[in-house]
This record gives sequence, structure tokens and C-alpha cells, in this order.
Amino acid sequence: MIENRPGLNALAHLVLILGVVVVALPVWVAFVASTHGPTDFMSGTVPMWPGPHLVENYAKMLDTGLSTSGTPPVGWMMFNSLVMALSIALGKIAISILSAFAIVYFRFPLRGLAFWCIFVTLMLPVEVRIVPTFQVVAGLGLLNSYAGLSIPLIASATATFLFRQVFLTMPDELVEAARIDGAGPMKFFRDILLPLSRTNMAALFVILFIYGWNQYLWPLLVTTSSDYYTIVAGIKRLADVVDGLPQWHLVMATAVLAMLPPVAVVIFMQKLFVKGLVETEK
Amino acid sequence: MASITLDNLGKVYPGGTRAVGDVNMQIADGEFIVLVGPSGCGKSTLLRMVAGLESITEGEVRIGDRVVNTVEPADRDIAMVFQNYALYPHMSVRQNLAYGLKNRGTSKAEITRRVDEAAEILQIGQFLDRKPRALSGGQRQRVAMGRAIVREPAAFLFDEPLSNLDAKLRVAMRLEIKELQRRLRTTSLYVTHDQLEAMTLADRLVVLNGGQVEQIGTPLEVYRNPASTFVAGFIGSPAMNLIPSRAVPHLPGSAHAGIIGIRPEDLAVDPDGPIEMQVRAVEELGAQRLVHGHTNGADLTITLGSHADLHDTLRLSAQPEALHRFDEKTGKRLA
Amino acid sequence: MKRTIFSNQLLPWLLLAPQLAITFIFFLWPAGQAIKQSFLREDAFGINSSFVGLANFTALLDSPEYLNSLKVTAVFAISVTVVSMGVALLLAVAVDRMLKSSRTYTTLLVWPYAVAPAVAGILWWFIFNPTVGVMPYVLEVIGYDWNHISSKTDAMILVVIASAWKQISYNFLFFVAGLQAIPASMREAAAIDGAGPVRRFFDITFPLLSPTTFFLLVVNIVYSMFETFAVIDATTEGGPAQATNIMVYKVYFDGFIGQNLGSSAAQSVILMLIVISLTVIQFRWVEKKVEY
Ligand SMILES: Nc1ncnc2c1ncn2[C@@H]1O[C@H](COP(=O)(O)OP(=O)(O)OP(=O)(O)O)[C@@H](O)[C@H]1O
Ligand SMILES: [Mg+2]
Repeated sequence: MIENRPGLNALAHLVLILGVVVVALPVWVAFVASTHGPTDFMSGTVPMWPGPHLVENYAKMLDTGLSTSGTPPVGWMMFNSLVMALSIALGKIAISILSAFAIVYFRFPLRGLAFWCIFVTLMLPVEVRIVPTFQVVAGLGLLNSYAGLSIPLIASATATFLFRQVFLTMPDELVEAARIDGAGPMKFFRDILLPLSRTNMAALFVILFIYGWNQYLWPLLVTTSSDYYTIVAGIKRLADVVDGLPQWHLVMATAVLAMLPPVAVVIFMQKLFVKGLVETEK
Repeated sequence: MASITLDNLGKVYPGGTRAVGDVNMQIADGEFIVLVGPSGCGKSTLLRMVAGLESITEGEVRIGDRVVNTVEPADRDIAMVFQNYALYPHMSVRQNLAYGLKNRGTSKAEITRRVDEAAEILQIGQFLDRKPRALSGGQRQRVAMGRAIVREPAAFLFDEPLSNLDAKLRVAMRLEIKELQRRLRTTSLYVTHDQLEAMTLADRLVVLNGGQVEQIGTPLEVYRNPASTFVAGFIGSPAMNLIPSRAVPHLPGSAHAGIIGIRPEDLAVDPDGPIEMQVRAVEELGAQRLVHGHTNGADLTITLGSHADLHDTLRLSAQPEALHRFDEKTGKRLA
Repeated sequence: MKRTIFSNQLLPWLLLAPQLAITFIFFLWPAGQAIKQSFLREDAFGINSSFVGLANFTALLDSPEYLNSLKVTAVFAISVTVVSMGVALLLAVAVDRMLKSSRTYTTLLVWPYAVAPAVAGILWWFIFNPTVGVMPYVLEVIGYDWNHISSKTDAMILVVIASAWKQISYNFLFFVAGLQAIPASMREAAAIDGAGPVRRFFDITFPLLSPTTFFLLVVNIVYSMFETFAVIDATTEGGPAQATNIMVYKVYFDGFIGQNLGSSAAQSVILMLIVISLTVIQFRWVEKKVEY
């Protein structure tokens, strides 16, 4: 609709610019803080423009970290986060696509029950079963391991539903043609279903990578050895200093580093990100 | 190449719907059989049972001498062309054609040979590296046919392969299919609800109604001697007039039959004719006219040349051998 | 329902096995344990436990701390939902007016989705830090003495802002999609009928947006009740004086730090009931299809 109301348009721009500023403010402040030296915070006011210590601060954190806080170098924590995020994202996609395939393309006794078992996981976020889940993981000897960090988070009803939806919209004739062409179930899955779900998998991957990278409570519980600290869970340990003030410039450098990978994913894969977000909520 | 035999074939769907009942048929090697009937009469079900895509609940299907009731579709040595083509969207045309052969372990050289040959026959050579999405409806249809041809199967199964094409293309493809079949001599089972397609393609027609076979015969047999009022009304366009005999008491034999059938083209204007028709509407088709009206309360349609004179009432007559007599209750043809 | 299916009987179970195994081991079994433990009470040494019926639950409902936590959770969840949805709707309506610049604005507004709640907490904690933060400095100018370490209200405001900030981008995207789904002809018809932009928004746009709004309402409540654990833990740790001790934080605290397993389990069970009802609401009224 074409509407000639310059005043209203200007107002809309104003609202948006204000919105962008508010949204960006904390990150800007953090970034600025991360480019200053430790003494710049003593005066009591935080600087609003970047200082000269950017390279120095980031190099220090990535490389050696803050040993007084008992955390490993940030580079190492980022690696742990990456392993966890990738395992969670790929793991969820793998087991969900397999179970969606089973549910859509086969008829077998207790199929309904299997479906409901998967469905109820929606209603059991880790936050509501913290203690017993921790006990199970501890009992299995999975504390302080990548497996313990990722496997308990891998079951996903959302991803299963998404793939189920994708499969249901594929024409029946495609399976039939494949069967006549001599493809058994697994061949059909590999040759037809997987390639046709590629964009859905990519979109889902974006969402799940962010989900995995941003995990906090779970890594906090299952990692007691600093070798397995992830950056998102480790950042609090950096900020928690027993006596004295936190080393703000270093904590903020870590915060910026913790945001960087998932934010980059959202910005550079915006299309897939939006697709993934909308699809997983359908 | 093989014959196909259907023996008391029947299908009851899990919900209890009977889709097909008691079908007996012998399809000779190289024969082109068309299954025709209105929507929902069980044509697809029957075809899919032959393909192995639908389980057989009664009777048996033999391809050659082999009972294939429980044989996987891929092992029945058949190929199928679907209404929506069911091409693999992510594969090029070449890969689409080759997929079935690859799964069978056919050698690379042989695959290339067969694909190129099929492409040549169907004139799709220049599209081989495109994805289906980049093809027109007619081209996709050819690819779907190509996928069936390369397999060199014992039988082709077609499920309304032309119904997604526009009218003109449909006529052209119909001819091509006919030629192709003449050339390859592969046993074919072809489903359509378009009686014109059925008439032009078939060596023999199978008219289905409510899951039952109404009549099997060559197109001309079926056209000339429809076995029931259902067939008479279904085959031929415009449809045969089916008139209660009391509305045409002066026609020969009407005393013994419940229903008299006369094809519109078999009725001629004749000032001394026994039928008096009140004209209601005239449809001008160019080469001819369709004249609709009624006689003694029964609807009647005739075709007239475009130069014929039109009046509000026409007197009509028909040759005695052009009259078909049907039982009023069963609808069956009377001798 | 698929028409053609594969007839294998064993294969589907093999395909389902990984998901079912993880579901049983890490979801259903622990949930069962939580329910079991919620009816038990351990002795002082944690060696023996005895069945106590609903005692853990009644103890909770008698405990002022738990009732406080319920109240805090409600205030927190409602504030986060209202703030983040309100701001997001405003931004979405503004972006919806834009023709050329809408993509750019969208890109600039969606990225906080990717920021971990824990990191969001740290960022705002820093900004509001009474000694070095920017905001207390600004607030002091207008005469407000900010201190979230001692002031209950300030602490609540802090965690609400941090939690809402992160959720704006999500709500924004869904509101934009919802607005785009409203046929232009509707608004055009209203414009021809002489309705001004504000009237049009309240008479046409907002009612037509209600499915989106309702869906987001549920999603935001779930988010603020569960996923904000990290925000709380990274900032106030439930304080001061329990002012921000939301239910999930209390479950964690009582279970892990306080080692009061029976009570923590009872709280888990209550939370489970809440999630289940929210999920049911979402699937019932947001018209998600659960048939399989
Ligand atoms: N999977 C199924 N379950 C139950 N009933 C079915 C199923 N598939 C088809 N039917 C029923 O069986 C009957 C025959 O269906 P079929 O698809 O064979 O008809 P058709 O002759 O191919 O029709 P059309 O010309 O519309 O394709 C119909 O009444 C249909 O409703
Ligand atoms: Mg059909």
C-alpha cells in the first residue's frame, strides 16, 4: 500500500534506529571495555570509545586466559564449545532424521507409543530434571567428557517433528518410483530422502548450533575439570572473583568471543536461520 | 516381454473399502491394454497391485509364468509411469534414467548405451544434464517414459500419464505412445479415465465400474456392442442415448427391452421417421452440430451436419442394426 | 499418512533406537526418578530414604521461600514477556512500513537471538554495575541511585532487561512474519473506509495478528521460566534476599547446593506439570497437529 505520510515514516525510522541502538548497546559497551587496559576502569566511569589494547587483551585471553580464575585459555574453551555445539547439532539431526524416517515410512506395532515417547521429551526440558539427569550421567561415568556434554541433550522432538513434516509433504509417488527402481528403504533414504532434505538440515543445523553453543546449565553441572569447560559456562567463572574487582576488560573480551561464532552464523546465514527458526516452531 | 494374468484378483483396503473385485484377465505378450472407468472405480488400485505397490488381498497376479503376489516391485520386471511423473527432483535427467539400472548393477557402458538410446527415441538428448525442475510438463513426461524404457521391462504400467498435460500436448503424446508401443512391442497396462485416449491407444479395453469388470474387448467391439448401459454411456462421445423403450414405442424390438440405446450419430433426420424430437438447444461445433432435445419425456441428443435445417421438432429414424437393447433392471445387453 | 510404506518390521526399531535410547536414559528415567524422589525423604546422612507421601509438596506450599519464588517467577515471566513482546511488536510494525530498508533493519535486529542467555546476563550486569557501569552513571545524573546488589527492585529490573533483550529478536521475526501474512487488501480496504494508521492497527492489524501473539505468549513464558536460568545464575544468583530466585533457579539451588533432594524433586515435578500444561495449551490452541 502506498501511503504518503512522511511524518509517520520518519517516526518509524526513529523507532528502528533507537531499537538498533538499544539492541547493540550492551555489545558495544562490552567491545569497548575489551579494548582497554585494567587501569581504565579505576576512575569509575567506563570509556565509551575503543582503546588501544584490543589485540593485547584478546591475544592474552585466547592464549593463556586468566589462570587465577581456574579456567583454561579461552581458545581452549571455545574449542570445547565448538565440539559440544557440533556434536549436539549433528547428533540431533542424525537421530531425528532417522526416527522421522521410521515413523513416516514404516508401519509397525507400537509405532504410536514410540511417537509419544519422542513427543514427551518436549515437555521435559533439562531444567526440570536437573538432579536425576545429573545422577544418571554421573552413574554412567560421563562427567567431564564430550559425550556427557552432548549426548544427554541430543534427543529432540522438535527436530523429529520437522523432518516428519518434510517427509509427509514429499509425494508418495517418489517412494513408489524408487521401489520400482529397485531401491530398498535405506537406499531410498540415502539416495532420495537425504538429498531432498538438505536445505532443511542446513536450516536446522544453524538453529541447533546456536542452541548447543549457548548451553549453560548442563556444562556447568557435568564439567568439574577445567579441561572440559565451555566458554559460555566458563565466562561466569571468570567474572566470579573472590576478592577484588573482576578484570572487566578481560571478562568482556571473553564475552565478545563467546558471542562471535553464533552471531556470525546468524548474520551470514540469515536466510537459513530464519527458515530454521520458523520451521522448528511449526 | 511377458504375458500378464489376473486371476480372481481383488482388493479390500484395511478400512474395509472394496476397491477391486474378482477381476479375471489374460494379457497377451506385447498387447496394449487400457483400463478405463470413472474416477474411483479402482483402476489405479488394480494397476498398483500388478506393480506390487499395493498388497493383493484376493486372487493372484502372474507375470509370465511366475506368481508375483509377494514379489517386490523391483523384482517384477515392470516399469511404471506416474501421473505426476515422480521424477527425482535432485537428479539430472540422465541420473533419473540411470537410477534403476544402477540399482540393478547394470554395467556403466550398458547404462550409457540404454540412456542414450532412450533419449534418442524420446528426443530428450539435449536435456540430459538438466534437472526436472528446468523442464516443461511435456518434457518431464518424456523423461518419465524414458525411465521406463531404459529398464527394458517385461511390462509397462501407466497411471494416467497424460492427464497433467494440456489438451493439445495430450493428443500429440498419445500418438507417440502408440508409436512407441508398436516399436517396442512391450506388454502395457494403461490407466485412464479419458475414453478417447482409451479408444485410440488400446488393443483391448477393460471397462471398470465399481471395482468390477464391465467389459473387455477391442475398442470397436466395445463401441459397437457395449455389454451394458454403463459401458454404452461411458464409451463414445457424445454419449449414447439411453431411452426407456416406452418413450420410443415404434422402434423395432422395443417391446422386448427395457432400454433402447442409440448413438447420436446413428439417428438421421427423416420426415417419415418413427421418433419425434422436440429440440431444446443446439451446440455448434463447427464441423457438426449437437442437437439436444427430448422425445416423450426422454432426453435425446443427435449429431447433424452443419448445413442441416433446424426446426423446433425433428422426425428421426435409425437403422435397426444401430439399435442396442438393454435389460432395464440389470442394464445388461440383450442379445 | 503415507500410502506406500516399507514392510520391514525390525528396521524401523533400529532407526528409532538411538533416539529412544537417549529419551529413555536421559529423559524418561530421570523424570521418573524425580517423581519417585518427590515422595521420599532422605535422612540426615543421605543413606536411607522413606516414603513420605505428599509431605514434600505440602512442605513446599507451606514454605514462605517457595511461595516467594512462585511470586517472583510470575512477576519475572510476565515482565519479560510483556517487555520483549511489546518492544518487538513496535519494531516489527515499524519495519513493516519500510520497503527498501527492511532487510537491513532486520539484519541489525535479529542477531541477539544468537547471544547466550548467560552472556546476555554478563553484558547487562556490566552495564548496570554500580561501580563501573554506564547506566548507574547515567541514572545518577537524573537522580536515581542504582544498586542491584542491595535493591530488590533494581535486581529484578536487571534480570528482566537482560532476559527480554535477548528475546526481542525472536519475537520480532515472528511478528514481522505475522504482519506480512496479513493481506494488504485488508488494510487497503480499511484505509479506503477512512481509518487512519493508528485506528487501522488496532482495528485490523492487531486482531489479525492474534494467532502470532498467542503463540509468542506461550513461547515467551516458557522461555522466561526455564531458559533464563543462565541469566539469573550469571548475574544475581537469585538475590538479593531471594528477590530474583525464580523456580528453576531454586530447583537447582536446593538440589545441588542445598542437597535437599526430596524438596528439589517435588519442585521438579511441579515445574514438569507447568511445562506440560503450557505444551498442551500450545498444541491445543496454536493448532499444532500432533497426529502421526
Ligand atoms: N489407501 C486406501 N485406503 C482405503 N481406500 C482406498 C485407498 N486408496 C483408494 N481407496 C479407495 O478405493 C477406490 C478405488 O480407488 P482408485 O484410486 O483405484 O480409483 P481410480 O479408479 O484410480 O480413480 P481416479 O480416476 O480418481 O484415479 C476408491 O473408492 C478409493 O476411495
Ligand atoms: Mg487413479
